[in-house]
Amino acid sequence: MAFYVVQFLTGLASAASLFLVASGLSIIFGVTRIVNFAHGAFYMIGAYIAFTLTERLSGAFGFWGSMVLAAIAVALIGVLVEMVLLRRIYHAPELFQLLATFGLTLMVEDLVVLIWGPDDLVGRRAPGFRGAIDFFGQNIPSYDLFLIVLGPVVLGILWLLFQRTRWGVLVRAATQDRDMVAALGVNQKWLFTSVFAVGVFLAALGGALQIPRDAVHHAMDLRIIVEVFVVVVIGGLGSIVGAFVAAVLVSELNAFGILIFPKISIILVFLVMAVVLIVRPWGLFGKPEAPARKTPGLTVNPWRPLTSNERLLALAALVIAATLPLFAGNYALTVGSEIAIFVIFAVSLHFLMSVGGLASFGHAAYFGLGAYGVAFLAKMAGLPMILCLLLGPLMGCMGAAVFGFFAVQLSGVYFAMLTLAFAQIVWSIAFQWVSVTGGDNGILGVWPEKWAGSPSHFYWLALGIAALVTIALRAMVFSPFGYALRATRDSLLRTEAIGINAKRIQWTAFVIAGTTAGIGGALFAYLKGSVFPDNLGISLSVDALVMVLLGGVETVSGAVIGAIVYKALSIWLISQTDLSKLVLGGFIMLIVVVFPKGIVGMLEMLAQRRRKSSPPGSSLLAKPIESAE
Amino acid sequence: MRARNYFVGAAFALLAGGMAHSALAQDIKIGEINSYSLLPAFTEPYRKGWQLAVEEINAAGGINGKKLVVISKDDGGKPADAQTAANELVSSEGVAMLTGTFLSNIGLAVSDFANQKKVFFLAAEPLTDAVTWSKGNKYTFRLRPSNYMQAAMLVEAAAKLPAKRWATIAPNYEYGQSAVAVFKKLMSEKRPDIQWVDEQWPPQGKIDAGPVVQAVAAANPEAILNVTFGADLVKLVREGNTRGLFKGREVVSFLTGEPEYLDPLKDETPEGWIVTGYPWYSIKTPEHDAFLKAYQTKYNDYPRLGSIVGYQTIKAAAAILAKAGSSEPEKLIAAAEGLSMPSPFGEITFRKIDHQSTLGAYVGKTALKDGKGVMVDSVYKKGSDYLPSDAEVEKMRPKD
Repeated sequence: MAFYVVQFLTGLASAASLFLVASGLSIIFGVTRIVNFAHGAFYMIGAYIAFTLTERLSGAFGFWGSMVLAAIAVALIGVLVEMVLLRRIYHAPELFQLLATFGLTLMVEDLVVLIWGPDDLVGRRAPGFRGAIDFFGQNIPSYDLFLIVLGPVVLGILWLLFQRTRWGVLVRAATQDRDMVAALGVNQKWLFTSVFAVGVFLAALGGALQIPRDAVHHAMDLRIIVEVFVVVVIGGLGSIVGAFVAAVLVSELNAFGILIFPKISIILVFLVMAVVLIVRPWGLFGKPEAPARKTPGLTVNPWRPLTSNERLLALAALVIAATLPLFAGNYALTVGSEIAIFVIFAVSLHFLMSVGGLASFGHAAYFGLGAYGVAFLAKMAGLPMILCLLLGPLMGCMGAAVFGFFAVQLSGVYFAMLTLAFAQIVWSIAFQWVSVTGGDNGILGVWPEKWAGSPSHFYWLALGIAALVTIALRAMVFSPFGYALRATRDSLLRTEAIGINAKRIQWTAFVIAGTTAGIGGALFAYLKGSVFPDNLGISLSVDALVMVLLGGVETVSGAVIGAIVYKALSIWLISQTDLSKLVLGGFIMLIVVVFPKGIVGMLEMLAQRRRKSSPPGSSLLAKPIESAE
Repeated sequence: MRARNYFVGAAFALLAGGMAHSALAQDIKIGEINSYSLLPAFTEPYRKGWQLAVEEINAAGGINGKKLVVISKDDGGKPADAQTAANELVSSEGVAMLTGTFLSNIGLAVSDFANQKKVFFLAAEPLTDAVTWSKGNKYTFRLRPSNYMQAAMLVEAAAKLPAKRWATIAPNYEYGQSAVAVFKKLMSEKRPDIQWVDEQWPPQGKIDAGPVVQAVAAANPEAILNVTFGADLVKLVREGNTRGLFKGREVVSFLTGEPEYLDPLKDETPEGWIVTGYPWYSIKTPEHDAFLKAYQTKYNDYPRLGSIVGYQTIKAAAAILAKAGSSEPEKLIAAAEGLSMPSPFGEITFRKIDHQSTLGAYVGKTALKDGKGVMVDSVYKKGSDYLPSDAEVEKMRPKD
């Protein structure tokens, strides 16, 4: 019995550390709607700075003072980031801020190694909390007890802050309805900055408090960021109490789950999230989001098919790309094939995100399923390459059909997180089912047949399929189905009012996007000759998001350019420097500031401006109405 | 709009492909790939190790009179990126052979690439048995003692312990799984009286140490096998120390004696664990003394195990190239099979039968000295003594 009590308390201690970080994220998201990917980075910097301070300052005051000082220092960094970077892009399309915080995270990972060195750092234990307390023969670390108390205390302080201060009232109001708060004359700028500072402070404090239990190292951020997001979503966005309950739920399920299934930790949080979101679409304590008030189409240039001149231009570009094998070497051709494959992957997500308004955080699942489909067919059934390429993507199609059915019942960030959960579940199956998938050692020897074996032939194959896929998806955008899909994106209520079955349209779009991603994955398996669980992983999903956002989410085919720029740049950088993350992160942040509508979005806007300054007469609709922001 | 994308793509591709290098045509080039940005704690000393080797080789006149150049690439910890790098090294740089890699899945991905493109590959660090056995191929050789060999070395010591109830803690991925599987198999052969009472599989890099330690303690084992390393090991040790998990229990642990993993533990180093590792401070052989002196003179720092691996990888590559007198893959394979050479750990040989080197490891016990973790009573175990019989190897290895 004593064991179960102690295991419960241990779970509570884990929950407390999780809650500190999650609460900060929840507050930031609730008010600013920023998906703060850099939250883990702030957590990590908090730990690093606290490590340095605790090594310098001695005594009890030195230790606890260091914790608070580190958190304050990081909060100041957060304020700087908010004022210099995020303020410029609040009006950018939704999720664009994700790109900025992603760039920041990349930079921080390299910067901490440059500043603090590559070794794992182990800090001091907390003065007064070094030992353990005996509980009927079981030991409970006293630091755990401290954390168990700290969690509810922080929850209480936050509750008082939100319920009893004017600032808290404003934050709650902004969480519920930002526009109304702004309309009532509240200075949003400083409200956002202060909220961001508080959130970052909590993240950094959470990081600093890990010093007595953990090692400080440069991958701490990735270890926690996804988990924290999951906790926030399970609890319900913007709900602090929800975050606390979710942290306790997840930690306790893990603490007791490993007694029965020792391998459960790898997937547990995602299983919990999938179940919770299917049963309660807004999380445990969340409320349905208020219907969007923005008038659709205001910031978007109306989409139109390419003119004949533009078509000729695109065709010319394709022809030029197809002549690459005449003068480029094998390496350039293989890189070209890889870029073409990522164009397929990016346009498939773009279709879902831009046309359907459904941003998926787990799109790599379908890419990877296509790759595994090919690997199974080629290695186990021994089918010829052509058949594998045709049938392999069906795995992506089937996966998308099943998961898409559940996912499209949700919207916004909840949709995104459910797709993430599904992707992680698929990933863990590929990772754990060693007898079939080979686990993380993957499936090897999936090389193309002779006719496609040479780099130039494979390049033409990949380029041809990429061109076909892009054209097909473009055609679909301007088909009746595409119009219906855009209608569901712009106004779900009006769509249903005119008799369109919105959920079915969205589901179909999900399946189309999943199948297309599967085509990319199938080609990728042959390009690399092997398939690994990485092909389904979070980082690939994030890559796809970055490509779409970089190209411009409000454009028809921006993802093509986003994919080319991002992939070419990252391959080139990783080949040239060990600090590729630092440079790539800096580049992304620069793009975010200079091109707040994405590369293609910005170019289109410039073209519009030029057209506007030329003699009037073009239709009113073609004018971007910027002032509405 | 589309025009621009293809131009950009073509420009980048050209830029990447056309990166000319200053190396002269008569230089011998080796392509080296490792997870520099993902695992700097290991790869920084590793890089210093191979840079020292390159310097020594060229100071001694290069390879058959030609200068040795190592072109190094980062793989970011992803198998797909490692293959892109391998392709660049082979297709645009024209390297004579590939070396390096740390993670097992990356080692396998590059070995499969080598097999497909018919390129010689000397795997430095990946530990999975599959590299030389179940997924072995004729183009791939490996330097470090495999999972099996390290397990066999530890089992030799562990079987002498009186403990009968064993629990295991290992990261939940291929390395942890196969380490536990081999250890269990070999241990149960030697000691049929042993019971396996609990196993814990925390995700790699994400251990929630408190509940794991509690769960192991609840099974009340007499001895524990640990396979976690890095930050996970730190958390496990800290929680285990506070909760008294290791008190009165024997612990056998993979890799923990390597400075990379032992040094961060500082004064929390648990005493008396049986570990494999690299006690650079207590190895007194002329070969190692020479290496240590050269390393410390050049870098003003002590070597980690990664330094040895990096150093010996390039030394071995150079020995193979020198003997082959050519960069033809078939000739390199013929030269490497059965080739013996000196190393800081003594003479090693690349076996003909499975292309595994006989480099060994040190087995010893952890201890605390001046607030730092050290290995004591260390004994060098030759790799050749801890490999299965040739018949068994032949059964596991696919025919070329």
